[in-house]
Amino acid sequence: MLINQFLFLGAILFCVGVYGVLARRNGVLVLMSIELILNSVNINLIAFGQLHQNVAGQVFALFIIAIAAAEVGVGLAIVMMLYRNRRSIDIDDVDLMKG
Amino acid sequence: MDAHAGWFLEHAWIIPAITAGSFLTILFFGKRFSERITSGIGIFAVAACLVLSLGVATQWVQRTNHPPEVPHVETEVEHGTTTDQPASGVSEGEHAAALAPTAATATEDEEHHEVPPVVKSVNWFDFGGMKIEIGTLVDGLTAMMLVMVSTISLLVHIYSREYLRGDVRFTHYYAFLSLFTASMLFYVMGATTLQMLVGWELVGVCSYVLIGHWWEEKQNGDAALKAFLTNRVGDVGLLLGVIVLFFAAGQTFNVLEIDAYALSDGANQTLLLIGALLLFAGVTSKSGQFPLHTWLPDAMAGPTPVSALIHAATMVVAGVYLVARLYAVFFEGLNIGSNHINYVALIGGVTVLMGALLAFVQNDIKKVLAYSTISQLGYMVMALGVGAWTAGVFHLFTHAFFKAGLFLGAGSVSHAAHHTFDMREMGGLKKYMPSTFWTFMICTAALMGVFPLAGFWSKDEILAGGGVTHPGGGDYQLFIVVGVIGALLTATYMTRAIYLTFFGEYRGHGTPHESPRIMTWPLWVLAFGAVTLGFLNLPQAFQIDGVTEYATRFEHFVEPTFAFPIINHPEFNLGLALMSTTMAAVGIAAAWTYYTRATHPLKGLSRRQPFAFGYYALENKYGLDVLYTNYIVGGASGPVARASNWVNQNVIDGVVNAAGVIARTAAGGLYRGVDQGVVDGVVNGSGYLSDEGGEVLRHMQTGKVQQYAAILFAAAAVLAGVFVFVV
Repeated sequence: MLINQFLFLGAILFCVGVYGVLARRNGVLVLMSIELILNSVNINLIAFGQLHQNVAGQVFALFIIAIAAAEVGVGLAIVMMLYRNRRSIDIDDVDLMKG
Repeated sequence: MDAHAGWFLEHAWIIPAITAGSFLTILFFGKRFSERITSGIGIFAVAACLVLSLGVATQWVQRTNHPPEVPHVETEVEHGTTTDQPASGVSEGEHAAALAPTAATATEDEEHHEVPPVVKSVNWFDFGGMKIEIGTLVDGLTAMMLVMVSTISLLVHIYSREYLRGDVRFTHYYAFLSLFTASMLFYVMGATTLQMLVGWELVGVCSYVLIGHWWEEKQNGDAALKAFLTNRVGDVGLLLGVIVLFFAAGQTFNVLEIDAYALSDGANQTLLLIGALLLFAGVTSKSGQFPLHTWLPDAMAGPTPVSALIHAATMVVAGVYLVARLYAVFFEGLNIGSNHINYVALIGGVTVLMGALLAFVQNDIKKVLAYSTISQLGYMVMALGVGAWTAGVFHLFTHAFFKAGLFLGAGSVSHAAHHTFDMREMGGLKKYMPSTFWTFMICTAALMGVFPLAGFWSKDEILAGGGVTHPGGGDYQLFIVVGVIGALLTATYMTRAIYLTFFGEYRGHGTPHESPRIMTWPLWVLAFGAVTLGFLNLPQAFQIDGVTEYATRFEHFVEPTFAFPIINHPEFNLGLALMSTTMAAVGIAAAWTYYTRATHPLKGLSRRQPFAFGYYALENKYGLDVLYTNYIVGGASGPVARASNWVNQNVIDGVVNAAGVIARTAAGGLYRGVDQGVVDGVVNGSGYLSDEGGEVLRHMQTGKVQQYAAILFAAAAVLAGVFVFVV
């Protein structure tokens, strides 16, 4: 089995995700970009699991999906509260913790 | 007989356990009891011990009469594991196998059968893969000691009920009397040298406590300390001896194995000699042998029943018992079988004469008896030294009875004559206290060796033992002379003591009276023993028409047949017996006429040269006390004290002063340099640093999530780069 395509796909997804986290201002899109990063990791885990005929990769992917669901739940809740208070979800505006 | 060694023989451990129990009971609850109950507990416990001991003795006699079948080595091993040592495992089987060669050699020439001792042991503790066992070893010697100790102890317990009536520490006294009995019984049935060492030290502690019973008088406390410390000197030797034998005999404390090793062909004679001499150091102190005997007369500071029990009959013979128990070690180590003189016999002989001479110049009746005890202990040690094992042990047995009788008699005299032991304040007591007088006379006659009392048989056997030629070619003619002179001296000083105490005119004050019956009947029991016990070992010559049933019974039952050297037994020697009896008679006559006649060739002897010097030497106990106190202890402590004073003045004070100066200087420097500079500097500096650092770093804290994420990713990328390219 060729593993390169999977790793390549994972790398592209990871880069897109990082770009989204760093560059987008919309909070929801930042969260979605984090999802992309996590899914790129999932692809890698499953690909390597398949390569080594090891089920642990898939098990870890399932765990990551579950945790990602929880994480996005918390993240969306924060974004919701942000919108309620400020009528905006631009995360550049949220700099109250500036030193 | 084969199936079981007998209930009493196998359960001998109960005997000391009973008195140990009574010790604890009296110690913890004694204050709540009346004197009657306290003494009742003690007496009852010892009486139980006596019953059990008699059971042990009876079963041992049966065992000797019907010895278990042990003809071959194989059955020997099986026998050892199955019946005789029920609590044992494989190790006991090995031990029996180790003993087997000795057993085989002994059967060849002895007409009587092998009677293996009954050994029961349990594991005490494991120490670095080594099993230390504790157990009981019961044979004729043990049975004899058990009966002797519990009999004397019982009589002393009863006697003390009256003698210490109303004493301030009555419960304390009975508690330690019980503990002493327990320790002594524990000691004599010890199956291992380690166990015997424990018992040995325990009886030493009890002796210390009981000598110092009336510690309000400083003299008594000092006597207790002296006894304890003098014994420590010998105990060091004993401890080292036990260790030497432990390694010599292949890492074992087992008494039988050590004895068997000493008799085996591969035994290291040098190690045995060293071990025997070290053990003998302990014997020297415990059994009052020259030159460590000085504590014994001072030990008379204790209550008189204690002197009778501990310092005449039982504890002081612990040393003799040790030699008897480990006889193979002494026999082989000192080459007793093939020598003409050896260390043990020599020390014993010196002690016989020296103790007897010292008894002449004492005015305290108990001190006369104490020196007499030293002298008689010398006889026992001498007998063991010349290879007359049975004679020595038999003398131990008979002496215990008549000497305990004499001490209790002296206590009775003192009880009657207003608590004095000074014979110059006695005299003429014969008509006031007939029971005490007659028992004292009987015991004295036994001590002098008057035919046919107990002392005659045992002392005569010792003398005869000196004339025996051993299989190895050794004989000890010299010690016959020592023994005969000792007999003369004994008769003389005892006549002196008797005359001063019971004859002539009463010189004390008040009217003396006979002691109550509770004190006199123990005296009669002991006097009865002094008359009859000698017949236990009638010489073969006294057998009636070839009937050997009643001759040498003591030898037959008590002398070990297992792991025991081959010795020749003395025959009755009429010439020696007549000579010692004549000497005793001469001694009695000389002393008697000295006191009853107005003019006597010996009068004023102590003021004539060269005898005056001898008298001076005796009065000062050969200067041994001075030597120990002033020269050894004082000589050691004086320079030590001066040196420690010098060290105190110069070294310690110097150090203290220097430390003060250094501390002050250092503290000043510390304040200026360290406290003001370093510590404050650090505190201020850290404040300043965090202030400035915060000012710099606050610009990184933008509050922008994406900037944080960028730093995070950058850091992760750098870390990944490090992993990929560097590692």
